[in-house]
Amino acid sequence: MSTQVLTYLFVGASFALYIGIAIWSRAGSTKDFYVAGGGVHPVVNGMATAADWMSAASFISMAGIISFIGRDGSVYLLGWTGGYVLLALLLAPYLRKFGRFTVPDFIGERYYSQAARIVAVVCLIFVSFTYVAGQMRGVGIVFSRFLEVEVNTGVIIGMAVVFMYAVLGGMKGITYTQVAQYCVLIFAYMVPAIFISIMITGNPIPQLGFGAEVTDGSGLSVLQKLDGVLLDLGFSAYTAGSKSTIDVFAITAALMFGTAGLPHVLVRFFTVPKVSDARLSAGYALVFIAILYTTAPAVASFARLNLVDTVHNTAYDEAPEWFGNWENTGLIAWQDKNDDGVMQYGAGAALLPAKPIFDVDGTRGSHGERLLNNKSTESANEVYIDRDIMVLANPEIAGLPGWVIALVAAGGVAAALSTAAGLLLVISSAISHDLLKQTLLPRITEKQELLYARLAAAVAVCIAGLFGIYPPAFVAQVVAFAFGLAAASLFPALLLGIFSKRANKEGAISGMLAGLVFTFAYIAYFKFVAPELNSAEYWLWGISPEGIGAIGMLLNFVIAMTISHLTAKPPATVQALVDNIRIPGGAKAAENH
Amino acid sequence: MDTEEKSNQLEHETALNNQTLYWQANLKLLAKLLVVWFAVSFGCGIILVDWLDQFTIAGFKLGFWFAQQGAVYVFVALIFVYARQMKILDRQFDVGDDDSNQEPQS
Repeated sequence: MSTQVLTYLFVGASFALYIGIAIWSRAGSTKDFYVAGGGVHPVVNGMATAADWMSAASFISMAGIISFIGRDGSVYLLGWTGGYVLLALLLAPYLRKFGRFTVPDFIGERYYSQAARIVAVVCLIFVSFTYVAGQMRGVGIVFSRFLEVEVNTGVIIGMAVVFMYAVLGGMKGITYTQVAQYCVLIFAYMVPAIFISIMITGNPIPQLGFGAEVTDGSGLSVLQKLDGVLLDLGFSAYTAGSKSTIDVFAITAALMFGTAGLPHVLVRFFTVPKVSDARLSAGYALVFIAILYTTAPAVASFARLNLVDTVHNTAYDEAPEWFGNWENTGLIAWQDKNDDGVMQYGAGAALLPAKPIFDVDGTRGSHGERLLNNKSTESANEVYIDRDIMVLANPEIAGLPGWVIALVAAGGVAAALSTAAGLLLVISSAISHDLLKQTLLPRITEKQELLYARLAAAVAVCIAGLFGIYPPAFVAQVVAFAFGLAAASLFPALLLGIFSKRANKEGAISGMLAGLVFTFAYIAYFKFVAPELNSAEYWLWGISPEGIGAIGMLLNFVIAMTISHLTAKPPATVQALVDNIRIPGGAKAAENH
Repeated sequence: MDTEEKSNQLEHETALNNQTLYWQANLKLLAKLLVVWFAVSFGCGIILVDWLDQFTIAGFKLGFWFAQQGAVYVFVALIFVYARQMKILDRQFDVGDDDSNQEPQS
């Protein structure tokens, strides 16, 4: 069977599975819809959390980015796993003890204020929507390359599937589909990684192969060889960093604290039966995540090595088939600067502007390459390669069989859909529960609330799909900033709510607003208002917009504590609430209220 | 104040005291684990990375290994250590939510 047919088969079968699970696990009550009935086993919840967490960015883009930036890519690995330690130690058990449905629920009750609840809802919607747009786009990329349908058709198919199980099943449907999606995505990630590790080093465990000797008889380890090859081509060494230490520090911190403050992850810990389960469940989640996150840097180094080997100094006519396939999707381009028909790969941007602009008539050059309207640069580099293709193209680059390639396509879709569904659920529950039931329409019955929750989920799916089809220029740029915003707004309010009895509503609200506004303004200034100034000499203390959330978070803490001490103590009932969530005993299942 | 009231109040204070001690033990444990968390990630993986790179472990420069592998393994271990230690504390102070020692809820 051809790769194409296999891909249809794998993706189709996985969709059938997800929809089957959705029908089997329909939500009957708001408790089912918001927290899956509150009886999810910690290991199951850990697996669902892992799928919820690992998005198209983790599956498709992360190894690709690390592949191109080497050691600087550690910020993602450290940031996106270290956050779970904070989550497990500082937030999850206490929020579980609190025992309600949503993150704004906690903020609204703890800070005895509807205003605080609304601010939390705004932060949540802002963070979640920027994040979900990227997922729909990821589905589109996979579809356009592997199923050869238009990106837009791909987005619509993805929307329809998410619609089925998020709207019908709510958290209950999502939990069990996420378990299935985790299995699909981790299998799809590991199989090619293991194959490639064996091919390059003879060691089947990528985490070890990463440090092992290359089997080409040179006696060099993978990383030594890669450092050498890259230095020869004019790049900096793979294992050396180019970002300043303070910037790496700040970006890692923003990603870590942001991870701990992400509502769609936090809400997963509302679904387990007990406080002790919440602690354990975070541990299992990180185990499941770590399997992918320790493999990703290995995949990144193997992919870079393979890429240089296959592309550099290869005649275009003799380039492998995958090169042409990806060129057709516009994610690879070649400009024959020295007119020798051979592809030279090296440091520096190949094209000006950096992204390829293909000739509209689709004219081909003398070797069959797609002609470009870009100007060429001084650099000898002739090849443009989009970072996002590294994981998807990796099995093809390594010459693995068709079923592995099909598997990776199904895995990429699973990663994108599972995260999109989790995000859509927190958006819809923030609207139906916090905005409608708790604020605007307190008289609605549970049945009506459930209906509103489904409606909100349906609307959110449609908006997310629109973002996927018409990606506003800013969306791609701000996805990475969702973390900075979560770190600067939600994390401090949650942490102080548990660990400080003195924190009051005045402090929390001004802290959240200050953190959000400061971080947003800094990002907006350097990304949209004055992008030409976006370089280290103009940054505050040398911290890039990606890392500024760490400073926004400190600002939030300082302001929240100062204002809390200047204003009245929280009422006795709230202090009693804090005492109550600090001990696990008597944790009740989430109840409607 | 009659005796029954007095003993009730005493019980209440003991419970509060017990809770405070439990919370302090929890904070102490948190502090220890977070020091390790900081040391392996921000410490070995970022601040000391260049200095650690002079050592090699299993084909990796040590700093690079911490940044791209080691820290993640330590993170996983930290959460399980925390879950285990807290279970012990829960039992010691009798504040756990295990079905075995759960107090009847109203």
